[in-house]
Amino acid sequence: MRLIRKVGDWFDQRLQLATPIRDTMQHPVPRRTASWAYVFGSAALTVFMLQLVTGILLALLYVPSAGEAWNSLQILNHQVTLGWFIRALHGWGSNFMVAIVLIHMVQVFLFGAYKFPRELTWIVGILLLLLTLGMAFTGQVLRFDQDAYWGLGIGASIASRVPVLGPWIVKLLLGGPIIAGATLSRFFALHVFVIPGSLIAFVGLHVLLVLKLGINEWPMPGRIVRRATYVQEYHELTHKDGIPFVPGAVAKDMFFSGFILLCIAACAVYFGPFGPSGQPDPTIIQTVPRPDYFFLWLYAVLSLLPPSMETPALLIGPVIALGVLLALPFFSGEGEKSWKRRPIAVLTILLVAVALGTFTHLAGDAPWSPVMDAWSGAPVPAQYLKGRTALERQGALVFQAKQCHNCHALGGAGGKRGPDLDRVAVELTQDQLIRQVIQGGGNMPAYGNNLSPAETTALVAFLETLHPAEQVPARDASREADVGARP
Amino acid sequence: MSLPDELSRRRMLMKLGILFNGAVGVVLGVPIVRYLLSPLIRERRPGYESWLPLGPLGQFPEGETRLASYRNPVANPSDGETANIPCWVRRVAGEKFQVFAINCAHLGCPVRWFPQSGLFMCPCHGGAYYADGTRASGPPERGLFEYPYKVDHGNLLIDAGQMPTTGAPTAKLINISAGRPPCA
Repeated sequence: MRLIRKVGDWFDQRLQLATPIRDTMQHPVPRRTASWAYVFGSAALTVFMLQLVTGILLALLYVPSAGEAWNSLQILNHQVTLGWFIRALHGWGSNFMVAIVLIHMVQVFLFGAYKFPRELTWIVGILLLLLTLGMAFTGQVLRFDQDAYWGLGIGASIASRVPVLGPWIVKLLLGGPIIAGATLSRFFALHVFVIPGSLIAFVGLHVLLVLKLGINEWPMPGRIVRRATYVQEYHELTHKDGIPFVPGAVAKDMFFSGFILLCIAACAVYFGPFGPSGQPDPTIIQTVPRPDYFFLWLYAVLSLLPPSMETPALLIGPVIALGVLLALPFFSGEGEKSWKRRPIAVLTILLVAVALGTFTHLAGDAPWSPVMDAWSGAPVPAQYLKGRTALERQGALVFQAKQCHNCHALGGAGGKRGPDLDRVAVELTQDQLIRQVIQGGGNMPAYGNNLSPAETTALVAFLETLHPAEQVPARDASREADVGARP
Repeated sequence: MSLPDELSRRRMLMKLGILFNGAVGVVLGVPIVRYLLSPLIRERRPGYESWLPLGPLGQFPEGETRLASYRNPVANPSDGETANIPCWVRRVAGEKFQVFAINCAHLGCPVRWFPQSGLFMCPCHGGAYYADGTRASGPPERGLFEYPYKVDHGNLLIDAGQMPTTGAPTAKLINISAGRPPCA
């Protein structure tokens, strides 16, 4: 014991860190901040450290070469002892990190912690959010499978729409004219050196600011932030009714961080690593690229926006969103902190959460994409063929052979790009069906050039049988009157 | 007696030191920036495009659309399979062709040809194109990207080398309207 103390003293004589560390650990914090609501920042830091460690472990074997990366991931997954586990930890760690950073941000927003004097802490936090998302995207690229390859293509296509500079940005992003070795190498440099380096620097700054300015007190309705008096009030709060940070406030942080690490490990064991999906060979075009979980909402937005609004929304939307986030502490730096007195703040969070959740959910089954193999893989339900005439069955064959099923569902199977056709005969008359098939319209291609008159007749005859048993198909009353007028 | 601070020799030396380091920074910065911009500089001089053979005409039956691929002209050994670029070749009639980029004009996903319905369909956001590459439906605002082509000694060649993107004048070599007469 005495030896340890002696060695400790020897180091401290030179480093002189013991006193500042002790002061930092024991600095008083408001009593109510020892709360489960205040654990997300430290949890994000813990997961970041997990990512650093697992990232370095993966770098021991990963080969950042377009020709080899995919193979090296296969080796990690299948040949290296517990390589799959480290990959799974890193992948799930990434998902958890994005989620926790977002939850932390929501908590900070709802507790008014961005208000005076913590504006800079918030701004650095926004940078940390961007860097975290940057890590998520570049990490997805390093997986260098089909999703990564075509995801890069989508990124390049978006970047190309920047006025004037677009094509140059694409070249700089890809490191050349196509997605290839240089692309992977520069995303490796970003993911392994540039962004983590910036993250470490800004996390340090973020934590320093928290220590300098103190942890945000628990917001009480009616306790108003004023620039003139806040610092004094906070000082009184912490010194009259405060507790030392260690051990008072840190216990819940430690439990939550440990719990999150366990959750990540559990997900890693149970679900395993992410991919890689097919190898990054662009000549294999039988692929359905999908982004990783946290960019699914963007995938949905890109599908649902009207084409004319797409480029402005893509290029201006993020700038506005970022501007609002950065400006927030300046136009709302004083006043109420409590969410109970800030209904618009609460509604904003709800709106954003519902929107993101809805878009993510929609992107899960992507109703806007054709189901590329429905025409060969999803048969016409048997009840639509039973007791039908030869012509109508021939029509069902046309329906399959012409890939109608890729965009139109029957009996719940097939694409959702166009309307389901289970009751189309109730909605469209024979003439309308013929017109729609031949001329298209309403976002449907025209099939006039690709259907012979016989095929059209058969297809429409089949479509006219698609109605619920208790409902009669739509009829053109004028035509019947006309027919009826003849002797 | 001491001189006013801003006139002291040390001040002067420090300012000179800052100036010197600034100059060194510029000397080092210029090559670093040029290195970073090399993808753009490379493009300006030799250019990225060249004429690439897709194969003998016999591979492309008249009236049909077939998948072909070429090795990108600018490629490194480490590029692996990523430098093998696919494209759709439509032989309209005789020596009249249309060669489409694989990339959807919306956001670059690989379009697939369905000969039965005569449509190209994109698996990402549901863009669809007719056999001649014009837009049929979905989010794309234009038809498929087309490569210039020529027929030489019974071989089909295209002028390619860059991934076409929506907003890019990479289309300077890429035919925007469908059905342009052959350039050869």
